[in-house]
Amino acid sequence: MIASKAKVGIVAGAMILFGLSLTAYKVVRLDLPLWPGESREVWTIETKISFQPSDGPVDVELELPSGLGGWVTLEEHFASSGFGFSVVEQGDGKVARWSRQSLEHPTTLYYKQQAYRANRDSLPDFPVSEVEAPMLEADQRAAMERLVLDLRDRSSGPTTFASLLVQELARPQPSQDAEFLLGTYRDTPLRVMLDVLAYAGIPAHTVRGIQLQDGRRRQTLSALLEIHDGRDWQLLDPVTAASGLPDNFFVWQRGDGAALRVMGGRDSRLEFALVRNSLAAKTVVSMEQRSDDFALLDFSIYALPVEQQGIFKGILLLPVAAFVVVVMRILVGIKTSGTFMPILIALAFLQTTLLVGLAIFLTLVSVGLWIRSWLSHLNLLLVARVSAVVIVVILLMAVLALISYKLGLDQALTVTFFPTVILAWTIERMSILWEEEGGREVMVQGGGSLLVAVLAYMIMSVRVVEHLTFNFPELLVSLLGVILLIGKYTGYRLSELYRFRDMANMK
Amino acid sequence: MIRLVAPSTLRRLGILGMNSRNISYIGANNPRRNYQLVDNKLLTKQAALERGIVVPELYGVIEHQFQIDHILEQLQDRNAFVIKPVQGSGGKGILVIVAREGGRFVKSSGGVIEERDLRRHTSNILAGLHSLGGRNDFAMIEALIDFNPALAEYSYEGVPDIRVIVLRGVPVMAMMRCATHASDGKANLHQGAVGVGIDIGDGHSIAAVQHGSLVTHHPDTGACFKSLCLPDWEAILDLAASCAEMTGLGYLGADIVLDRHRGPMLLELNARPGLAIQVANQEGLIHRLRMAEEIAATAEDHADRIRLARDRFHRPDPVFLEEPAAFPSEAT
Repeated sequence: MIASKAKVGIVAGAMILFGLSLTAYKVVRLDLPLWPGESREVWTIETKISFQPSDGPVDVELELPSGLGGWVTLEEHFASSGFGFSVVEQGDGKVARWSRQSLEHPTTLYYKQQAYRANRDSLPDFPVSEVEAPMLEADQRAAMERLVLDLRDRSSGPTTFASLLVQELARPQPSQDAEFLLGTYRDTPLRVMLDVLAYAGIPAHTVRGIQLQDGRRRQTLSALLEIHDGRDWQLLDPVTAASGLPDNFFVWQRGDGAALRVMGGRDSRLEFALVRNSLAAKTVVSMEQRSDDFALLDFSIYALPVEQQGIFKGILLLPVAAFVVVVMRILVGIKTSGTFMPILIALAFLQTTLLVGLAIFLTLVSVGLWIRSWLSHLNLLLVARVSAVVIVVILLMAVLALISYKLGLDQALTVTFFPTVILAWTIERMSILWEEEGGREVMVQGGGSLLVAVLAYMIMSVRVVEHLTFNFPELLVSLLGVILLIGKYTGYRLSELYRFRDMANMK
Repeated sequence: MIRLVAPSTLRRLGILGMNSRNISYIGANNPRRNYQLVDNKLLTKQAALERGIVVPELYGVIEHQFQIDHILEQLQDRNAFVIKPVQGSGGKGILVIVAREGGRFVKSSGGVIEERDLRRHTSNILAGLHSLGGRNDFAMIEALIDFNPALAEYSYEGVPDIRVIVLRGVPVMAMMRCATHASDGKANLHQGAVGVGIDIGDGHSIAAVQHGSLVTHHPDTGACFKSLCLPDWEAILDLAASCAEMTGLGYLGADIVLDRHRGPMLLELNARPGLAIQVANQEGLIHRLRMAEEIAATAEDHADRIRLARDRFHRPDPVFLEEPAAFPSEAT
């Protein structure tokens, strides 16, 4: 027994040391922050190119974003199975090129990048090219002439001219000339605007990019209008006429020309899926600087796709909750029903927030207990009864969600975060306990579980804890070591100091 | 303010805590594979019969739902019997029928139940409602213990049983558990049964405790525990020590009842005996367990171990004689 104790001590000590020293290394050498600081929004942008191939060789060119407006790309990844692939410099930007001799099936190509906006730069200078007058039919030219004259009358310069133009074309009932132009162009209003601006001799082009929306799938490229007012380039929203670069606009391509060119294919589509994630500012910086130099960071959670990172953020908190359960049961001596129940309740609390979660939990369990006691009169077999309780719990959840929605209490909708099976199982266990040991034992064990769950929730929701477990998962090895040590603890529990309090009086 | 006792005091008194029990005694002395024999009451009974240990007579076993009718027919000429789950824990799911009243059954508490209640109880047992881990179980039907009338006055509506803790074949500590009205006829200390510490040396009572406080008389029957002295004490210790050899468990609790005709009888075994016995005896277990380890190492045989234990663990000075009901009742 002594030997096994020593063995556990050595193993646990090694684990604790390993975790701490790896953490220390990451902090000192890799400069990862030990405390959470300012956070940055990192966007994962997944670009999807799909097209129907026609006969002959296929050549796909995608112009890549070149970090305009202060955007920095942390990581990029291309999926191009079966295609020849290269990234070539072209002008001042980069172009990704996929090619293949022949293709039979509709194909999707992927390009994925992680980017964040390091600073709110405006767009850099851009050469002003000679304005070419648009090629127009006679009646179109007459209408455009009148429109330009009218707008010139009302404006003070190129900027106001452009914003008046946007407003004019965006009106529900545009003037006759504007309506005529929109009707005969059979193109987007943006095309009309560019031609009117060209006709008026104002240099203009489009800036294409993505409207960033978290969780958005199948987003397409949108465009801004950029005009030269004689001194600088000015950005203009072609729908709202708002000026300047919007915060949620990821600039992809500036100037004329298509972002995507597909040769040997048709029906090509360019779509984007977007996910946002908050990362510590310092971490982002060190990722940016060192992701190539340090293999260790390559093996950190950050190497995972962003969706999985989000999941791991929650999973990595579980050991902390398990630790709380271990401490409360072995050192304090609080009775809980099962080991995992408090952990799962705490997880649900993380989603619902504490008070709402407690209220929902208590409501569901007490109503469930009441229904269960009625079910027990029906003399059902155990499995059928547990299943019946599960169904009743689900119905209760639906009813609670519905009532709270009707009352305008959005929070109670989070009831769905409670694992149904855990609720049903809790109700079943509690009612059996009630029958056999009486209501007091139900209060002791149920209250104990809730108390431990609340404690675990409080510790899990500390920001530092989340930061540490996510950035330094090796600390969990240390935690495991500590749990092993506690597993060999033979001293008294706090509850026993109370239980045997009267024994001190004996001689 | 909650009154606590210092850990150093408990250590000095040799009180065994839950963690220490689990690691140092259960974990170190009880091999996992031997638990089956203890947790399954049918296996316990078979093993006991092979060794000639007295157990209550088995009337039948119900393994499947459809056998219930058949068994009830077989029980036609039995007036008193006990239905219990084969793998029940902590005395759960035990239904004691003491008499028949027409087509109905009288429980030990005096309550009367219908035959369908009996069927429901049995099917609950089969579904694992009362069993360890909630897995499917069998129900066993046993003879009702006709307990020794000398002890009748110490228990209310239930059978008083004797728990003996045995370490490596050495009886270490004993108590008698007496059901009360508060405990609903169950011999369960935390439900309000009275625990009476018993002297390993001669079977005399040492102290009596209900809800953690010393008492001198049974709250319902009024019997005085001071004069309690268990008959057949040598046989009880012999039985408990034999169980250790039978199961191969180094640390176990044997629950024994005294039958009027057949003497000490093994009711069930427990591989994880509780700590309340220390309160009933007003003494910690650890010092005695250490001595028992020595005895186990030096004693030559079974009889020698019991002799040495009786010699070493004898307590000539019962607690309640010196502190008669000095404790205010803290019954909750």
